[in-house]
Amino acid sequence: MQVVQQIFENGSFMTNSVITAAAEKTPPSVARKVRGLSDRAIAWIFVAPTIFLLLAINIFPLIWTVRLSFTDYRANRLNREVEWVGLRNYERILTDDGIWMNMQATAHFLVWTIVFQVLIGFALAYLINKKFKGSALWTTIIVLPMMLSPAVVGNFWTFLYQPQIGLINYMVEFFTGIPASSFSMLGSVELAPWAIVIVDTWMWTPFVMLICLAGLRSIPDYIYEAAEIDRASKWRQFWTITIPMVLPFLMLAVLFRGIENFKMFDLVVQLTGGGPGSITELASINLKREAFEKWRTGYSSAYAVILFVTIFGLASIYVKALNKVKAR
Amino acid sequence: MRDLVSGFLRFRRGPWEMLATVLIGLGVVMLMQPLFLWAYTWSFIVTLAGTVMFLVVSHFPE
Repeated sequence: MQVVQQIFENGSFMTNSVITAAAEKTPPSVARKVRGLSDRAIAWIFVAPTIFLLLAINIFPLIWTVRLSFTDYRANRLNREVEWVGLRNYERILTDDGIWMNMQATAHFLVWTIVFQVLIGFALAYLINKKFKGSALWTTIIVLPMMLSPAVVGNFWTFLYQPQIGLINYMVEFFTGIPASSFSMLGSVELAPWAIVIVDTWMWTPFVMLICLAGLRSIPDYIYEAAEIDRASKWRQFWTITIPMVLPFLMLAVLFRGIENFKMFDLVVQLTGGGPGSITELASINLKREAFEKWRTGYSSAYAVILFVTIFGLASIYVKALNKVKAR
Repeated sequence: MRDLVSGFLRFRRGPWEMLATVLIGLGVVMLMQPLFLWAYTWSFIVTLAGTVMFLVVSHFPE
């Protein structure tokens, strides 16, 4: 300790003479112990806190959730005796019509957001890749929505969808003649699922665009030059060079957006709160209700395990696709 | 086709990973389809089987 104090008092941190002085003043028993540690042991000492945190924050809660999923535990009734119910929670969830409907709402959201984001994102990337004057500025403008917070996006789109003062309704009236106050995007059973698709598409298309742009820029020019020499038309070049070479990147974008939208919560809660009725109640919103409004902790743990296994499976495919892209 | 079958028999990663991927994809489709309740009921088992298989076979040699 004295040595350390001297080091800092002198202000010459870690000069050779100081290191030598420190080494000389280290008791022989301590020095022997430090010298005796292998590189592997030192590496473990450095990594151990992270592994401990990972186990405490990720692995333990996961194992605990799996354990709770076989019980009828309720987190708001701590003194109640917990009963082991076996697979009953899973059986109830997987035969429940209501949860099946939530899964279908999730599927509607997932499929349409991915379709729109891939089509628009690829088209934008294709245009930006043409390198026209000001393309860098346009790229910056296009990627702005994905830098915003989902809570902020949810709030201002709620205003845009407002039937009396909302810009969207007035635009619809301007183009179609349908009176602005005659429909509510977020209040209608038919329109609300599409309203959340539009907002997510607006927010996350730039992300897909960036991935597609990376794919397009990875195609070497000489391939197109060779195709030109062979007199391949632009259309043929697009289908036989561009699409096959961008496909792994597109797949990556689809998987990434699929996983993200499967667990979508914040944006939809801000926009519709799951309504009207439960038409936009996605699986994650329903899970939150079961866990923290109805306090069916055991049941919602089983629900969480089902969603986790699905996301984990999709993530495994995602990692495989990522490795494929890396190998290129 | 013969390569695929021999890959399965010799426990090679490629074909087994593909099978696991198909099972996971099928499980997700079964979970979210609007037509058959029985498919929804069995979706979790299929996804779980695919995911566990993926974890195991990713340790097979190439």
